[in-house]
Amino acid sequence: MLIALLTDIHGNREALSACLAHARLLHVDRLIFLGDYVGYGADPAWVVDTVRGLVDQGAVALLGNHDAAIDGSDEDMNSVAQEAIRWTRNQLGMEQRRFLADLPLTHEEGSVLYVHANGYAPRSWDYMAGPMEAIRHFSRVDAHITFCGHVHVPMLYHMSTTAKVGTFSPVANNDIPLLPTRTWLAVIGAVGQPRDGVAAANYAVFDTARQTLRYLRVPYDTATAARKVRQAGLPEKLALRLEQGR
Amino acid sequence: MRWRLHPGQVIDGFTLQENLGTGGMAQLWAVTREDDPAPLIMKVPMLIDSDDPLPIVCFETEQMIMPRLTGPHVPRFVATGPLDPMPYIVMERISGPSLKARLDRVPLPWPEVVAIGATVAHALHDLHLQHVIHLDIKPSNVMLRETGEAVLIDYGFARHERLPDLLAEEFREPFGTTPYMAPEQVLQDRADPRSDLFALGVMLYFFVTGERPFGNPRGGQIRRRLWRDPVPPRALNPDCPPWLQEIILRCLEVDPDERYATAAQLALDLENPDHVRLTERAGRLERDSGVKTFRRWLKARRAQPLEAPNIAGQLSRAPIVLVAIDLAPGSEDLAEAQRLMVGRILSIEGEARIACVNVLKTSRIAVDILEDEEGRSLHVQRLVQLRHWGGSLQIPSDRITYSVLEAPDPAAALVDYVRHNNVDHVVIGARSSSALRRYLGSVSSRVVAEAPCSVTVVRTPKDRRAEDGGAASA
Repeated sequence: MLIALLTDIHGNREALSACLAHARLLHVDRLIFLGDYVGYGADPAWVVDTVRGLVDQGAVALLGNHDAAIDGSDEDMNSVAQEAIRWTRNQLGMEQRRFLADLPLTHEEGSVLYVHANGYAPRSWDYMAGPMEAIRHFSRVDAHITFCGHVHVPMLYHMSTTAKVGTFSPVANNDIPLLPTRTWLAVIGAVGQPRDGVAAANYAVFDTARQTLRYLRVPYDTATAARKVRQAGLPEKLALRLEQGR
Repeated sequence: MRWRLHPGQVIDGFTLQENLGTGGMAQLWAVTREDDPAPLIMKVPMLIDSDDPLPIVCFETEQMIMPRLTGPHVPRFVATGPLDPMPYIVMERISGPSLKARLDRVPLPWPEVVAIGATVAHALHDLHLQHVIHLDIKPSNVMLRETGEAVLIDYGFARHERLPDLLAEEFREPFGTTPYMAPEQVLQDRADPRSDLFALGVMLYFFVTGERPFGNPRGGQIRRRLWRDPVPPRALNPDCPPWLQEIILRCLEVDPDERYATAAQLALDLENPDHVRLTERAGRLERDSGVKTFRRWLKARRAQPLEAPNIAGQLSRAPIVLVAIDLAPGSEDLAEAQRLMVGRILSIEGEARIACVNVLKTSRIAVDILEDEEGRSLHVQRLVQLRHWGGSLQIPSDRITYSVLEAPDPAAALVDYVRHNNVDHVVIGARSSSALRRYLGSVSSRVVAEAPCSVTVVRTPKDRRAEDGGAASA
């Protein structure tokens, strides 16, 4: 079975549409969303409705920190994120807000864990920003494979039988075997706000039969997405980020 | 933990037949599978001592890389088993012997050494094109198929450009087989495909002299190869021709930039001795002086490992470009247009090697037409013209070669040359007007259709204009 992993869409309709179309071409069987449907981008309502529709058809959607901040506190956020969240609150209706509030923090299938930020304290929103954070995750989480987002930049951590942790920066369109002899922490890059200097959407496909992971990059209409951000009166920085991918 | 295996045991549908040997890292079993007549081999890693993770990391590395490899130069991958119940890899069993068998007979006659070298170089190039550096090339890891191709086995130390390097993550020490390790491998640089060319150079040296160029060092002694050059092969075996010494010593250069840029370029030299440009290396009969060695020692002390691997990049910087040149009178404009095109390619692909080829068409029936004096002089005349054409390109003479092929079918001869020499890019001219048009056009269009590489078809500005005029008047 092919599972598409999509995370950090952040209200970017153009990027999500491009990734969903791409996943259809790959004949993906299932969709798992790792959170952060809103914040930053100009189309939060459309993104929430789209994801909700897909969940009705069997997709899994998890809670991200921006989603939690809609009905919760935005105190921990930086000023740009805060401004975007406050704008987003006014864009969402009751049903959309309830959908977000009811999302689960984690999802498990066998020895595979899906979560937005990290496996050991999902609601802390700690970032898996480097090998030290990965070690903390590996030491506290039993799952053989963990998929998360939140960092926006794709990265693959793995731990050997002797507890050595390796860091691998994946190239797109390449099947990486997630060997049974190791434990794996796969950080999936952002759909809606890439930050590694490449202005193309990220997502990944996990092949459960072959136990391989393929990171993907999907070019999308960044000009339109950025224009909408400006038209909405959101901070200019958020439009530039989409254009530059950083 | 050691797996207690016995003949007749069935693991995931594979029946164990015979234990083919137990090494430090793995057991090898001949296995069969129902309804599968192919001879198969099962490799089971040794996990005896859990304090030493090397066998398991090497096994994981092979498990990652082997399923991705294809072609005649690697064992066909069949299946792999997870840890539970038992880790294993099943692959094609190569029936031929490994090159280790030849070590009993060293020194080998030099033509045999050259043939081995070319065969292994072709296999290495095919592996490098698949983004993999072997990093443990040695006689016991090279098998020969009955059809003659070399098969490279054992990917426990290998590096795939697009997969995590588990060995580098786990350990902080150099890996490989010490007599064959390239200097950069000693420095824990696992990123350069030219490390495999060094190891092949060690093999060829061993085969032609009967001695290992750097002995069989242990511990800190491995670093000596960063400054101490080997005794020139001809000092040990005067039968070794100077051009072969040139090739071997070039493979053994400390700085990868001084070696061949690609295995394909090495194969080209091994198969075309008259193309080898002889340098001071060819005539050397003694090792370098103390002063030179001391300077290298000083440099080696500061040596640092390189950055991330760029196998594809190394190969694409150093393509083999075939320029098929028509030397018939009246084709000067076309030859000039091709020269401009090749100049452009050289400005981008800095380490490209240019093979200038002209085909001397022979009659299918009167095969001996070129054996008379007139024929021979025609061949020489074509070669002179080719050299004249290439002389104006700004390229070192060791990166350009000239060949006149004699064949009844020019297109087929060019395509054969492309296939055999791993040519990456063909530059061929096509004339769009003249009485010869249909005939010459068919050569370029057949090369476009049949060559397994990129082909650039060059036309002259004059022909383009003539074509436009023709279209307007039609």
